[in-house]
Amino acid sequence: MGLNDEQIERYSRQIILPHVGGKGQERLLKAKVLVIGAGGLGSPVATYLAAAGVGILGIVDSDEVELSNLHRQIIYSSDEIGKKKAISAQVRLQRVNPDIKVIPYVLRLNSENIMEVIKDYEIIVDGTDNFPTRYLINDACVLSRKTLIFGAFFRYEGQAMVIKPGEGPCIRCLFPTPPPPGLVPSCQEAGVLGALAGVIGLIQATETLKLVLGIGEPIIGKLVLFNALEMDLIKVNARKDENCPICGEKPTIKELIDYELFCGMKSATRPTSP
Amino acid sequence: MEIMEQIKIDKSIDLRGVSCPLNYVKTKLMLEEMEFGKILEVLLDDGEPIVNVPRSVKEDGNKILEINWIENYFRVLVRKENLDDS
Repeated sequence: MGLNDEQIERYSRQIILPHVGGKGQERLLKAKVLVIGAGGLGSPVATYLAAAGVGILGIVDSDEVELSNLHRQIIYSSDEIGKKKAISAQVRLQRVNPDIKVIPYVLRLNSENIMEVIKDYEIIVDGTDNFPTRYLINDACVLSRKTLIFGAFFRYEGQAMVIKPGEGPCIRCLFPTPPPPGLVPSCQEAGVLGALAGVIGLIQATETLKLVLGIGEPIIGKLVLFNALEMDLIKVNARKDENCPICGEKPTIKELIDYELFCGMKSATRPTSP
Repeated sequence: MEIMEQIKIDKSIDLRGVSCPLNYVKTKLMLEEMEFGKILEVLLDDGEPIVNVPRSVKEDGNKILEINWIENYFRVLVRKENLDDS
């Protein structure tokens, strides 16, 4: 048994759970999870994964904390405005749980650096807010056969799905290419209920923990759709597309693509957190 | 005492002074490391611990062989029968 007394006490309420136990906790402590985007989704995801004892937790974000982030990005405090998110998040998460290792990446992912960043992680959580980065992450995870926990939200609705290359559909099976720039409202225009981001982020955190522990039914090929106004949560089957340009039988995409950014000029430097 | 002496104890854990649910967590962790059919002796305080721990251990699928009051604490013998090792 590799847990010390402090760990036994810290994690006691989940060690107690059927199907977790000491072995499950050790699995969590050995897990390596990367959260891309420390924003509305990344805040709850990273906080719960840190608290649960995910041993190595990477946080990618190139942005600084802004006042308008705080209604949904609950990992930050008002006195952190202007600070790098990845660094502020690291400080906060290490205070939540000094038992784990949090690794910040203050950078914007692109086709040149993403493989290097994700290579040390087993599970990647998508907490981004823009299509170019989402597609980049999807493609990188398919090419490197890494499990991706997808999540997104818009106004009062959100979605989540687990992408396990080879076992279920990826983003491109559902939507082969990102929508053209200008067709979708920018992140600034869209608006969101802060708590909705929390709901979707917690679905992602829950799925991540289930996968690490090997318990339950991961939502592979099941797209979860949540509507906050109706308080509806449904799962729809999503099929793997054999003609998918990246994970299909004859893939046409063999290298990573940097799509044009969407949310206007400002976003070119700050696109990674919803 | 005669019956107690017939049972071979494989492992023992003294959880006197350890409160709920940490006492159960420690019992559970100990049982996880044991093979099917082995016997764990658990020493527990009166009150909540003796009510909760044996019940939880039983719910996990293990068998409580004996509960004995010894002066001011309880001695519980558990046989590991839980196959789900997590």
